[in-house]
Amino acid sequence: MSARARAGATAWLVVVYAFLYLPILCLVVFSFTAGEITTELDGLSLRWYAELLRDEELIAAVLLSLRVGAFAASAAVIVGSAAAFVLARCGRYPGSAAFAGMTTAPMVMPEVVIGLSLVLLFTHPVFAFLGGRGVAAIWAAHTTLCTAYVTVLVQSRLREMDRALEEAALDLGCAPLKVFFVITVPVIAPALVAGWLLAFTLSMDDFVLAAMLSDPGSTTLPVLVFARLHHGLKPEINALATVIVAVVSLAVVIANRLMLSAQKKRMAAARHAAGISPAGRSAVTLRDPDNRSEWIAHP
Amino acid sequence: MKRARCFLLRGHFWVGLLPWAWMLLFFALPFALILKVSLSTPELAVPPYVSPFVLEPGAALPHFRPDLASYRRLHDELRALGLAGADLQYLAAWGGSLLLAALTTLLCLVIGYPFAYHIARSREAARNTLLMLVMLPFWTSFLLRVYAWMSLLDSSELGLINRLLLAAGLVDAPLQLLYNRGAVLVGMVYSYLPFMVLPLYANLVKLDQRLLEAAADLGAQPWMTFLRVTLPLSRRGIVAGAMLVFIPAVGEFVIPDLLGGGDVLMIGRKIWDDFGPNQDWPMAAAVAVTMVLVLIVPIALLHRHGRANGNGAQR
Amino acid sequence: MVQDSDSGSRPRRDYLRIEGVTRRFDDTLAVDGVSLAIAEREIFALLGSSGCGKTTLLRMLAGLEAPDAGRIVLDGEDLAAVPAYRRPTNMMFQSYALFPHLTVEQNVAFGLWQERPRLARAEVAARVAAMLELVQMQRYARRKPHELSGGQQQRVALARSLAKEPKLLLLDEPLAALDKKIRQRTQLELVNLIERVGVTCILVTHDQEEAMTMAGRIGVMNEGRLLQVGTPGEIYETPNCRFTAEFVGETNLFRGRVDGGALHCEDFPAPILLPADADPDDGGEAWLSVRPERVALSRAGAAPAGAGCNAAVGEVAEIAYLGSHSVYHVRLANGRIVIASVASAQWRDAAPPTWGDAVRVAWFAPDGVVLTR
Ligand SMILES: Nc1ncnc2c1ncn2[C@@H]1O[C@H](COP(=O)(O)OP(=O)(O)OP(=O)(O)O)[C@@H](O)[C@H]1O
Ligand SMILES: [Mg+2]
Repeated sequence: MSARARAGATAWLVVVYAFLYLPILCLVVFSFTAGEITTELDGLSLRWYAELLRDEELIAAVLLSLRVGAFAASAAVIVGSAAAFVLARCGRYPGSAAFAGMTTAPMVMPEVVIGLSLVLLFTHPVFAFLGGRGVAAIWAAHTTLCTAYVTVLVQSRLREMDRALEEAALDLGCAPLKVFFVITVPVIAPALVAGWLLAFTLSMDDFVLAAMLSDPGSTTLPVLVFARLHHGLKPEINALATVIVAVVSLAVVIANRLMLSAQKKRMAAARHAAGISPAGRSAVTLRDPDNRSEWIAHP
Repeated sequence: MKRARCFLLRGHFWVGLLPWAWMLLFFALPFALILKVSLSTPELAVPPYVSPFVLEPGAALPHFRPDLASYRRLHDELRALGLAGADLQYLAAWGGSLLLAALTTLLCLVIGYPFAYHIARSREAARNTLLMLVMLPFWTSFLLRVYAWMSLLDSSELGLINRLLLAAGLVDAPLQLLYNRGAVLVGMVYSYLPFMVLPLYANLVKLDQRLLEAAADLGAQPWMTFLRVTLPLSRRGIVAGAMLVFIPAVGEFVIPDLLGGGDVLMIGRKIWDDFGPNQDWPMAAAVAVTMVLVLIVPIALLHRHGRANGNGAQR
Repeated sequence: MVQDSDSGSRPRRDYLRIEGVTRRFDDTLAVDGVSLAIAEREIFALLGSSGCGKTTLLRMLAGLEAPDAGRIVLDGEDLAAVPAYRRPTNMMFQSYALFPHLTVEQNVAFGLWQERPRLARAEVAARVAAMLELVQMQRYARRKPHELSGGQQQRVALARSLAKEPKLLLLDEPLAALDKKIRQRTQLELVNLIERVGVTCILVTHDQEEAMTMAGRIGVMNEGRLLQVGTPGEIYETPNCRFTAEFVGETNLFRGRVDGGALHCEDFPAPILLPADADPDDGGEAWLSVRPERVALSRAGAAPAGAGCNAAVGEVAEIAYLGSHSVYHVRLANGRIVIASVASAQWRDAAPPTWGDAVRVAWFAPDGVVLTR
């Protein structure tokens, strides 16, 4: 690459990252204003953070979102890994294609459509036993949506897992069900963790499903924020955004650190092993174990 | 083996029972309900429609009496296309949605392709961080990022961009930046860019550098190499990325609602309105059915290319 | 390799009996009516090209695959109804299949943890330590498998499959993941180890040298069938079919019709004299296999070979110099290539023939092997 091309590349990266981060930066900066206007730095203060802590409605919404997110993510990991197991291990059987379609379709359907369909279910008189709209309905909706993502993640991990591991465990005298828990689950654990985190963020961030399925007693954070955005802007929202950005960045940085150091340790160890017996290097596989590109977020 | 197989099948049956039951109850059944409700008559009731299955006194099985009014309405709009003074709100919304989704996809591609390309070509140590930086905003709240644009584009003299422009003396009065199609487009591109970048990156990073060297060795100019080698080889990534942006963009309604104001009509928002304020659930369901039908083609495309693209960069 | 005869009780000859075992996958017959008896403490090699059903046969012994027909009897017990996790067999997988989330120690202990009634902690630890010492991996007990080299992984896999003291040890291409140098060294190491433990062992390989180095007896497989069973010497010197003759080592094969104790072959200028002990049907089709090292090469002008010899004249088409010996491809007048392997020491007194030189190839009739299938 010529120097000019390299400069052009760098410039483009800078421009696009600026496009991605400037709006967020503005949110953060104006969260420290002492005034009432969201676009003016009228003196520095933590006034809006204090306001945030006093806002009981908002805190309740955050707590509800956290709860729904945790429950939905856990349920999605259970349903999703069962679905992934069936998809990866059961081969073809009557209805397998329909099942594959059903489990992943929520990922590509517009959320309004999924939301509408679930509202129809939860308001249908025959299905009154499901409890109608409310927290449970939101939880079920989020679980359905997140299951699709977890299924894809876990399925690809199962596919690349060496079947011989399970067979070796059988061969060493481990009964099939136990094999699943002592071999399969630990081996796919990274995918399960990644799936849980992804599901949690999806649920925390979902507005459409939550809004369509909420009743007055079940306002999640996005539903509340949406309502507030319609009732005029206050720097309190900036403060909230800053807190969220800070928490997420911290989590991401820590996770990245952990992953990188684990990878480095592995590589160093592998190099060490290869050094002891150089000819064995070919058998030591070094690959990205985390399949980063699958950590796809959701807007 | 017969016995072992039976056992395995039974085991698999039990494992499969949970996801099967879940998906049937919370995905297949609701979709059947959408179909049913789209054939119902709206009524002021809870829920606000009359089922097309009518149980007449004395009959053992309910009669099926579909009310096609909702579909007829869409059909009438199609027929009235081109007539002066016709009320084309659904068709207009559809047109607006498809146009906006297409524009969003195009802009994301134009911005995202060189972006993903340069990330993929950067030093290996830097790549992880760069990619992480693309994803990080999207683990934070989506609504709050749209909100950020609301304060940037604010049309009063308090809007950040307007204040910059005024301060620089480029304009005399604040510009009408918010509540128009442009604002919606900016918000959509901002929100969906990562869905373009990630599959493109996953594809481009696998591109063998030696192919480019081989092309150069055979005398191809850099732009020729790009046109003849890089671009065709990244076709799958492009299709996957485009579909990942296009499909949700068609159904999007939060961004048009917050940034577009009252007159930017999108089909997702029509569903929302019919479902919410208008209480015309059959109409909302009928529109949802047409939306699924329209999106089947891009979804199939995504399925074929997204899978082949590897790395489940779905949605 | 000959078994130690002084090791206590006399080994039973049919410790493992495989009777007419067949396995079909959709339209491929992976294993086709294989019958075999293996003695206690024998090291037996299954040799065959890729896809001939070796792994499938091994997996059926381990219980990971069920035969469609046939019986497997180990130490007097029919294994049909015994699931993999209760069989007294252990397998070393082609890919080693070491559990990535467990340390070396835990991998080796895994099988012992499954024993019922439970083994005492101390006993497990002692047996694991003994196993690791056996394969000289004590130093790496706390490592994870991905922190080991290929050769080290191989030894851990072996220790793991030996830890339960199985009645039958199954090795699926145990050395395939190692490169050539290490592989040759490890072959003998592995044999010593297995013999020291005294376990009955079936080993799968597609490398004939490996089979010959390691096993006391070899079974040659092709397309699911077991073609020949015998010691390495028998397999090499007296193959019973064309496949074995061509698969194990290199050979010259002549096809023709038997008539009056000679093979009339279009490829060879004269009727080929057959070994005296072979008496194929007159008029039937048969093949003659002659190993290259049995073919003598001399300059065409030298004294002709004596009686009881098959000889022909041709020119050198190709020479591969391999140090200890050279392989000559000699083209006869009719275009047929005869391969001769000549010890380098033979040319002590004269310059070796070179490309285009006229040479004579000859072999004693008893050195050929008549094959009828
Ligand atoms: N699970 C399976 N499903 C379908 N066909 C199979 C299966 N396992 C093996 N086969 C087929 O059975 C035949 C024998 O396979 P097998 O794995 O036993 O060969 P192999 O001798 O071990 O070969 P290699 O040396 O390559 O390991 C092959 O044709 C293979 O395609
Ligand atoms: Mg094999």
